[in-house]
Amino acid sequence: MASYDVMPDVGLFQPATVDDALRLADRFLDEGWLLGGGQDTYGWLKDRAKNPKALIDISHIDELRGIRKTDNGVDIGAATTLREIIGDASIGRDYSLLVDAARRVASPQIRNVGTLGGNLVQDTRCWYYRRGLACYRAGGNICYADGPQAMNREHSVFGASRCVAVSPSDTATALVALDATMTIRSADSSRTLPAERFFVGPATHITRMTALEPGEMLTAVTIPPTWAGKRFYFEKVADRNVWDFALVSIAAAMSLDGDAVADARLVCGGVACTPHRLKGVERAVRGKTLSDETADAVAPLATKGAKPLNYNHFKLPLIENLVRRALRG
Amino acid sequence: MNPQLSRRRFIKTVIASSVAAASHNSFPVAKAHHVGDGYVDRLITIIVNGKKRRVDVMPQETLAYTLRYKLGLTGTKIGCNRGECGACTVLIDDVTNYSCSTLTHSVRTRNVTTVEGVQSDDGSLHPVQQAFVDELSPQCGFCTPGQVMSAVALLRENPNPTREEARQALSGNICRCGAYDHYLNGVMRAAGQRS
Ligand SMILES: Cc1cc2nc3c(=O)[nH]c(=O)nc-3n(C[C@H](O)[C@H](O)[C@H](O)COP(=O)(O)OP(=O)(O)OC[C@H]3O[C@@H](n4cnc5c(N)ncnc54)[C@H](O)[C@@H]3O)c2cc1C
Ligand code: FES
Ligand code: FES
Repeated sequence: MASYDVMPDVGLFQPATVDDALRLADRFLDEGWLLGGGQDTYGWLKDRAKNPKALIDISHIDELRGIRKTDNGVDIGAATTLREIIGDASIGRDYSLLVDAARRVASPQIRNVGTLGGNLVQDTRCWYYRRGLACYRAGGNICYADGPQAMNREHSVFGASRCVAVSPSDTATALVALDATMTIRSADSSRTLPAERFFVGPATHITRMTALEPGEMLTAVTIPPTWAGKRFYFEKVADRNVWDFALVSIAAAMSLDGDAVADARLVCGGVACTPHRLKGVERAVRGKTLSDETADAVAPLATKGAKPLNYNHFKLPLIENLVRRALRG
Repeated sequence: MNPQLSRRRFIKTVIASSVAAASHNSFPVAKAHHVGDGYVDRLITIIVNGKKRRVDVMPQETLAYTLRYKLGLTGTKIGCNRGECGACTVLIDDVTNYSCSTLTHSVRTRNVTTVEGVQSDDGSLHPVQQAFVDELSPQCGFCTPGQVMSAVALLRENPNPTREEARQALSGNICRCGAYDHYLNGVMRAAGQRS
């Protein structure tokens, strides 16, 4: 398949308000494409692997930008850039987990314009799919990443269903750990979903990564006060420190009662099509003291039920070691 | 006329005419829009290096394309055209951006600075450029305009960076020649921490 160097023909709308943008999204449905910072968009278009008719630029809509403290926690507009999140003092103080995750996204230039909404809704990086092949995710009936000769070092070890692609977003793991709520709007309705249910796997919907229907927009993310200022751990393992997606990442939020863990949420990125909660570890660590012994005792639970592919067995010890590092004293 | 100039003009004319041919198909969507729904106009003004430039911009056009092929500002390089190398780095309102991955229509009302715009009015080099010369930072030089822009942005925000901060700030710029440490030496020299 050819790769092109220039952008294809596509229309561009720059609506002034969310309502105008939603009307356009409703008009174009599958043929429209919401545009945040565009950093996950232009590659698709330049490769002619996705061919929307109209780009609907929402990056400059004021209602979608900014970070506000409310009674329910912190609201972050979907078009807020990663740079703004990283530089925000109150998020840094209360939810440093999100800042640590956002800091590890791509490169400085991409973080300067990439939006939180775009980072969460971005498509998977499976290169067979990205290349424009007609795989399951693209509406076909084969998975090129799951054959005997497939190169699948980066692919999933959990939750595959025909498609073995993984969730690429670094902020998604942090927001699932923080139990954030997503606000979703369309031209005529509005709904909210917990972050965990916002991301969907191939068994639920094989051609989508999120619960968004055509015409819908993620308008804001709300982080509840539950985990404000608690103990956090984020680590991302990638081939390079810049630009590369996580081979495995971990985002952990823990509340302590004295020395013992009262509650914990641990989420891995890069291992399943959605951010993957380690519920077995979460249950086992409750009531225990953070220490090397606890870490060693519960880490093996993290990979129970994993189904590695030909080239990604290395992810299992990697997951367990990241869990150990998150839980040692 | 300078033969090189006329060669450039010729290339530009060819490019401009193929652009006109390539954008023919966008007509249906453009026609389908209603007045006031935010469909972009083609003839726009952008502010580049402090000057207002009137330019005809396709809806899908990237800033790197406009700068190089419409405004003749070829200091901005296109390496990967995919946000993966940094050769195309420019400043938009003082913040580094990949111009290959920025739509020109999104920079209206904002200030674009390219490598052509960092020297002083009298033509003397920007301290970062001078320091890169003094430290022999570039090898082949292809990544240099991007490295200059990332370093200029860093020093505007943080005039006294540590070497580690400089490393972070330049981490979105690949140097295929591997001259990273020489660029970092240049940044530290421009910051007055090396002589
Ligand atoms: C070289 C390179 C390296 C990268 N490395 C990383 C990495 O390490 N980690 C990582 O997490 N990401 C990475 N990315 C992916 C991505 O570009 C960034 O994460 C960025 O934050 C995406 O945000 P954006 O606003 O630019 O997205 P856009 O391209 O604008 O949007 C991405 C998708 O989300 C949709 N969308 C955008 N906003 C909304 C909204 N409000 N509601 C509904 N849908 C919406 C768009 O329609 C599009 O489908 C990388 C990208 C590149 C090119
Ligand atoms: S040309 Fe823009 S990042 Fe490589
Ligand atoms: S000097 Fe040759 S690419 Fe950097």
